[in-house]
Amino acid sequence: MSLALFLEQVLNGLQFGIMLFVMAAGLTLVFGVMGLINLAHGSLYMVGAFACAGVATATGSFWLGLAASLVAAAIAGVIVEIVVIRRLYARDHLDQVLATFALILMFSEGTRYLFGSFPLYLDTPEILSGPVTFFGGFQYPSYRLAIIVVGFAVAAGLFWLISATRLGIRIRAGESDREMITALGVDIGKLYTVVFALGAALAGFAGALVGAIQSVQIGMGEPVLILAFVVIVIGGIGSIPGALVAAILVGLTDTLGRTLLPLAFGTFMDPSSATSTGSALASMLIYILMAVVLVFKPTGLFGAKT
Amino acid sequence: MLKSIAALAAASSLLLAGLAHAEPLKVGMITTLSGGGAGLGIDVRDGFMLAVKQSGNSDITVVVEDDQRKPDIAVQLADKMIQSEKVDVLTGIIWSNLAMAVVPAAVAQGKFYLSPNAGPSALAGKGCHPNYFNVAWQNDNLAEGAGAYAKSAGYNNSFILAPNYPAGKDSLTGYKRTYGGGVAGEIYTKLGQTDYAAEIAQIRDSGADSVYFFLPGGMGISFMKQYAASGVNIPLVGPAFSFDQGILQAVGAAALGVKNSSQWSKDIDNETNKAFVASFQKEYGRLPSLYASQGFDTANLLLSAMGKADVKNADAFRDALRAADFNSTRGSFKFTSNHHPIQDIFVREVIKEGDVFTNKIVATALTGHGNHYIDQCKM
Repeated sequence: MSLALFLEQVLNGLQFGIMLFVMAAGLTLVFGVMGLINLAHGSLYMVGAFACAGVATATGSFWLGLAASLVAAAIAGVIVEIVVIRRLYARDHLDQVLATFALILMFSEGTRYLFGSFPLYLDTPEILSGPVTFFGGFQYPSYRLAIIVVGFAVAAGLFWLISATRLGIRIRAGESDREMITALGVDIGKLYTVVFALGAALAGFAGALVGAIQSVQIGMGEPVLILAFVVIVIGGIGSIPGALVAAILVGLTDTLGRTLLPLAFGTFMDPSSATSTGSALASMLIYILMAVVLVFKPTGLFGAKT
Repeated sequence: MLKSIAALAAASSLLLAGLAHAEPLKVGMITTLSGGGAGLGIDVRDGFMLAVKQSGNSDITVVVEDDQRKPDIAVQLADKMIQSEKVDVLTGIIWSNLAMAVVPAAVAQGKFYLSPNAGPSALAGKGCHPNYFNVAWQNDNLAEGAGAYAKSAGYNNSFILAPNYPAGKDSLTGYKRTYGGGVAGEIYTKLGQTDYAAEIAQIRDSGADSVYFFLPGGMGISFMKQYAASGVNIPLVGPAFSFDQGILQAVGAAALGVKNSSQWSKDIDNETNKAFVASFQKEYGRLPSLYASQGFDTANLLLSAMGKADVKNADAFRDALRAADFNSTRGSFKFTSNHHPIQDIFVREVIKEGDVFTNKIVATALTGHGNHYIDQCKM
């Protein structure tokens, strides 16, 4: 395996990981602050992608589409929080799972009603469409590089928000002691709506960014949702730094596993069974990673000690 | 005396034939109408219903149900249709794993099953059944077509990839069966995978002269967009499942010029096909896909058999189906002894017609092609 290939795979892993982080950040905040399991987080990802594709097709501008994805997902988030989620905070997790699963079905069929059953067209903006050539002729898609940059910018913004702003202080306070901050006069209901909308907007943003290089179709959010849950469990529920580290860990493990495992098996097996065993094991790798982390750190890498 | 008996026999057979025409037939269609793969099921249903509507035959009733692409739901629906709806014929399933869950039990209960899409090798070989007919293709067929094209194009070092599930493995085996050249790399991806950066990096590094990929539906959309953005320009070849009318619009310019193999194309030159394309477009406001053509042909096969025999008389009805006496969108249509089509596999190229991305035939990869499993089928 050449160095250029290895380098490209590391970049791929980083890009995959950072997008998982943008998706998982909202999920971990909602879980950490409100104690709510939101299965419909993947639907907000889909809403973002469809909003971006719809607006980009109508106006011809990807950037307007991207802005629309943030707005549409945040609005969907606020509506869902006020109409459904608000009633679930006091209920147990099973009720939350049932209700948010129902939301997935409603979002899917609602999107079908609006956009039809066929995948939508969404392409990368012209300026980021080709590959970038580095020294030594090493090529990498410019859009993926842009995703890595944007992802880290979002991460930095979130850290700043959580650690240095009044909203961040309230979020952290809500996470550690709900009754106390209500007693101190913070409108916890409004805080919850804001946090939920923030998480929704991030999910929608991730959906739009990824939708441009993948397929914008109904049900696109659910596979990512599962990975996002793996990320927040590894990182420690409620922890933004944990989500970042775990997301990059998952991204690199998955991408490098997919390349290296078949090669490793190929040293002592015939090529065709090496590829099928290698890829079968590679698809389990992140779950093995999760299991190993949980054995040594039952609350996740950055989880609160209980 | 003899004369009058003969006349009586003739009269009664006429009467029976007349009864056969009046005998109602109930079809149960189980197909995917919601979730990610809904576009395929909707096309099959629309093609099927168009043929039923055009026939003006009021003796046929069709019950349509959504399997949500889940084998357990498909099995429940099949039980319900057989036991409480009392259907005579089942059809509609898109995915091979669902077909494997439903078909063997349904045909064992004496129902007919006409497959408008899935053609797993198990149902063509050892698990073949007199009541099972596939109107679309055996799963390997389009892969074999792609392999034959790659061979004729002089490719000698293909990189091949498919999802890690039975149809994916069948597809790579089918490609290798007719291609015969060297393999630069072979990858099985996760089913439903959406990011192919890791695989594209390996393709770039492999020194291959061609890439064969079987990634149906959304997987193919993701792959082609990412491939186009990666700057790798090794030619792509694939079966039509990543290039159908529903998908191409979502892939856009990234698919232009790509060669793909198909048993159907909207520019196959025969009257049935021309009329089908025009009437489908008029009825539904979009171009038909190969799935729509398969649904249309399935319904026409069934209607032709209904005109000849009563479904309650299973042997006669089976013979009528086997005769395949109908006008197919693919021209002449015949079954192999294991009830799969004998047909030409075309090479199509993705082009842009006005604002619409579509395919046109550029060559014929295989002529009068049957399938690999005929000898394994004992019936």
